[in-house]
Order: sequence, then C-alpha cells, then structure tokens
Amino acid sequence: MPSLMEIYQMLPKTNCKKCGKATCMAFAVDLLARKINIDECTPLKEEKYRTAYEKLKEMITPVGALTETGFLVHEDKCIGCGNCVVACPVNVVADPEGTASGRAPSNDKVIIVIKDGIVRPVNIQECRRFGPNKTLCYACIDTCPTKAIEFV
Amino acid sequence: MYKGPFVCTGCALLCDDIAAEIQDNRIIRVDTACRKGVSRIKGCSSPMSCMVNGKAVDIDTAIKEAAMILKSSKHPLIFGHGNCTLETQKKTIELARKIYAHIDDTSSFCQGPLIEAILNEKLPTCTLEEVRHKADVVIFWGADPSNSHPRHLSMYSYFPRGKERQRGWEEDRTAITIDIRKSDTAALCGDKFYEIPINGDSEFINALFSALSNKVPKTSFNMDPKKILELANILKKSDFGVIFAGLGMVYSLDSLEPLLRLINKLNETSKFYLIPMVGQYNMRGFDHTLFKETGYINRVYFGREKIEHGPQHSIIELINNNVVDAALIIGSDPLASLPGEIAKKLANVPLITIDPCNNLTSQRSKVTISSALSGVECAGTAIRMDGVEVTLKQIIETDRFSDEQIIKQIMGKI
Ligand code: SF4
Repeated sequence: MPSLMEIYQMLPKTNCKKCGKATCMAFAVDLLARKINIDECTPLKEEKYRTAYEKLKEMITPVGALTETGFLVHEDKCIGCGNCVVACPVNVVADPEGTASGRAPSNDKVIIVIKDGIVRPVNIQECRRFGPNKTLCYACIDTCPTKAIEFV
Repeated sequence: MYKGPFVCTGCALLCDDIAAEIQDNRIIRVDTACRKGVSRIKGCSSPMSCMVNGKAVDIDTAIKEAAMILKSSKHPLIFGHGNCTLETQKKTIELARKIYAHIDDTSSFCQGPLIEAILNEKLPTCTLEEVRHKADVVIFWGADPSNSHPRHLSMYSYFPRGKERQRGWEEDRTAITIDIRKSDTAALCGDKFYEIPINGDSEFINALFSALSNKVPKTSFNMDPKKILELANILKKSDFGVIFAGLGMVYSLDSLEPLLRLINKLNETSKFYLIPMVGQYNMRGFDHTLFKETGYINRVYFGREKIEHGPQHSIIELINNNVVDAALIIGSDPLASLPGEIAKKLANVPLITIDPCNNLTSQRSKVTISSALSGVECAGTAIRMDGVEVTLKQIIETDRFSDEQIIKQIMGKI
C-alpha cells in the first residue's frame, strides 16, 4: 500500500479546496482510505500533473473495489464457489433458509453474494469487522480455496 | 428482466438456484452460479457452425451428409452424450439400434465402474440433499471439487447448515481429503489431509482397513500409523459419512474390490455412502438410460443379431483395433479427453460433430452440425451426480435445433 506522504507528494499541494477538503493533506488522507475519488481533485487533470495523476491512478486502482470495512476481492482469483457467502456468520443470521443452507440468497439482508461468478459485497457495513462492536472475523478468508479475499 | 431460478449445466452438480438478467434475448448477468457455470450459461466463446468438409453449409445439407456417412458405414460409433439431455440420449440410443452402431460414453474411461456398482446395488449411495442435512463426515478422495465442481462444498457437502447439522462446518462436520497432492480442497481440510503416492489408493485402503480392525496400519510410503488410526476413529464415530470418489481414485484402483471391502467395513459401525464426482452435467444420465434399455451402462454394440457388451466395445479398444469406420460425436470433445495416441487415431476416422460450441473434435470433423445449448437455449431433463433427476429450463430463445431434433432428422434421412 502507498504511504500517506507518497500520495501527498504527488498532489498539487496548493490547498485550493476545489475538492471540498481544507488541505491537500486532508485529501491525501481520504484518498488513502478510499473515501474520495482521485478525480475530485480537478487540478490534477492539468497537463503539468499528468504523470502524477497517472501514477496515483495506478497506486489506488488495485483496491478500487475496496469497501469501508477494507473487504477486498481479487477478482482474478475468485471462482465464485460461494464458500464465503455460506460461511459468513452475518449471512447465516440474516438468511438461514437461503445462503446459510447453501442456496441462493432469499432476502436482501445478506452482506456478500455471488454476482456473475464473483463474490460482491452488498451491505458490507453489517460486516462483523465494522461498526462499534467490531471483531476480527476470518470466516470468508479461511473458507476461500483460492485466497481471493483480503482485508486491507 | 431478472428471471429464475434456472439450472446450471456447467457440471453434474446441476445447481438449481441460478438467476439471470435477460435483455433482448441476451443473458447479461448470471447470479449465484460459480464462474464456471456463468461461462457455460453465457454461451460459447466460439459458436460452431454447420460445415461439410470445411465449407459452410445450411443445416439441411449438413444433416443429409451426416445421414449418408452413417448409412454407408459398416461399423459406426456414437460417442459422447455427457452434455446432452436425457431426451437426446434416448434418441441417440434409438439411432444406434437403427444403424447397428457401437455406443459408448466418457464413463467408459472414467466413473463407469462406480456408476455400474451403484446401479447394481453393490455400493450404497445417498442424495446430495441428504448430505446437506445429515452428513457429518465427508471425504474427498482423488477429487478436488474446489476446481471441478466449485459449489460442491458450499451448496451441499461442507459449509451449509443442514437440518441435523445446524452448527455447520465449524462444529458439525469434518471434511477429509485423500489425494496425491495438496489440492485447493485439501487446503480447506487443514490437518485432515492424507497425502498418498500415485497409485497408492489400494494400499491406503488396506492400511485404513487394518486401522478400522484395530490393527497397526502399515504403508510402504511410511504414513504415520497414528494419523491413520486417528482417521479410522473419526470414521467409526461418524453418524452419516460420505465418500466423494474422484477420478484420482478410479484411475488408481485396478478393481473396485478394495473399495467395496472398505465400505462394507465402515458400514459395520456407522452409515457410509459413496457419490461419484461425475464431471459432465449428464454423463450419469446416459449410463442410467442405456442401463435401463440394455442392462449395461456403456460399451454396447447393437449387432444385427444381438446386443453385445464388453471392454472390446469401449471407444479405446474400438479405435485401437481399427474397428470403427465413422463416428458421430455429440455433447463431448473426445479428441481433448482421450489419451493422445487414441485421439490421434480417432481424428483419422470420418467424424460428425453435433455441438453448440467449437472444440478440438469439431475442428477435425468432416461434418459439423450446430445445436442449441442445452439448459440455456432449450429445456430437458438430466441426472445429477447423485442420481437425482433434475428438470432443465430454457433461459433464452434460439432458432437452432436441439440435439434431439437433429438426431430425429438424421434418423428420418436414413
Ligand atoms: S458448481 Fe457446477 S452446476 Fe453449480 S454453478 Fe458451478 S458449474 Fe454450475
């Protein structure tokens, strides 16, 4: 993962506030946490920042699908077996008849599902690793045969 | 529009909870299926067209040419059927009778012996629903479902919470892998992975048999006897155990005798069943259909006087001994799956391929007839790996004929 300073160094460092943040440093913090999109920094689109912009895009995109909980799927590795979907304790409670029994989800309270052959987070804010009572749950990671899931 | 549930024909697990988003008769999204299933359902990357001697023709010309080849052949072979519906399989058997053909399928060189033993009631078996609700010990033997049948563990065998297995995989089930390498499935089984050498299955069975009989198990490959005794203990204590037998096991055993002995031994103390890890979605269906009609699951010759059966009628022996002078291949790609030397010889026989997609065999065929993708572009029925019949639904429309219609038309022209 890139460091905060690495990102900051590539920004215009003018504190122009066009992105809605008070400073370029604040923008860098949000960018690192994937709370904001690179394109929100409009000056970066200027010709003189082109190399910096492209480099930043490259640094940030590998975790483009990252969610607030840090749940990251390596799409090239995921085979859509659904082990994680069935094993996830939040899914089990939310959908005992569907996912917990190995079948398609029967309601929209589940937090991970298989779409087009790849696992996708849906209500990931309900993940056990998130919120005030967070716990270090490993159910989806441990049950993945191809090591396609990571929390970053 | 979002529709379903459909049945996936990506493998013999025939998952029946698939949803699809359809727009202008095109499938644009598939949910719940694994990646393998999605690629089957979304259709061929390279669809096959009707050809005769490498030239594009209309379907009538291709069917006429196919009928002519089969009619003038003295020893035709009909092979494949694994990716066809039961309805098509019935028709291909009818065609074989009519033209005095040899008929065989992939089970002839893979899961055949197991399916035969099950149909002859020599091996106890159960359904996948029973596995989901009851199984507490599952053994993947020479099988790696994480790659061959991706939803096997999540849909039925390990992860789901079943009626009698409410606490699921963490507490209520034990998964074991016996294989020659640490497969992806073996990795999920943790320390319940038993690594054996190539062709070591029969020796391992004997060692396990000793352990089950409270004797010290010995192996020439020096597996820790404690580890085998520990396994024997798990198996003895099991309420409902299932062996999922893969190709690795079938290829390694010269006969089923050691396996039958083991299953009988296991059933002295607990309940144990076996399910063959059938690959193509309806290979088991063909074996059932032919069995119903002839008493044999494969390797049949519909001679003028009588029906013959035996190893000499297997595709391998027929090709090896230059018996066949024309072959109709349907729902299979034997040039890709047969041993190299046999495939080379088969490629020199005049071939007719009926399939929705291009493959190695179609590229070497004299006649190709393009058909609808079963389970996607046409409906039908099929038999799952555990012997349960499943109804396949049509998902989108096509103007291509189904395999069944094509066989009917060929018959009409002979
Ligand atoms: S496991 Fe087999 S039947 Fe199930 S979705 Fe995957 S390919 Fe289709």
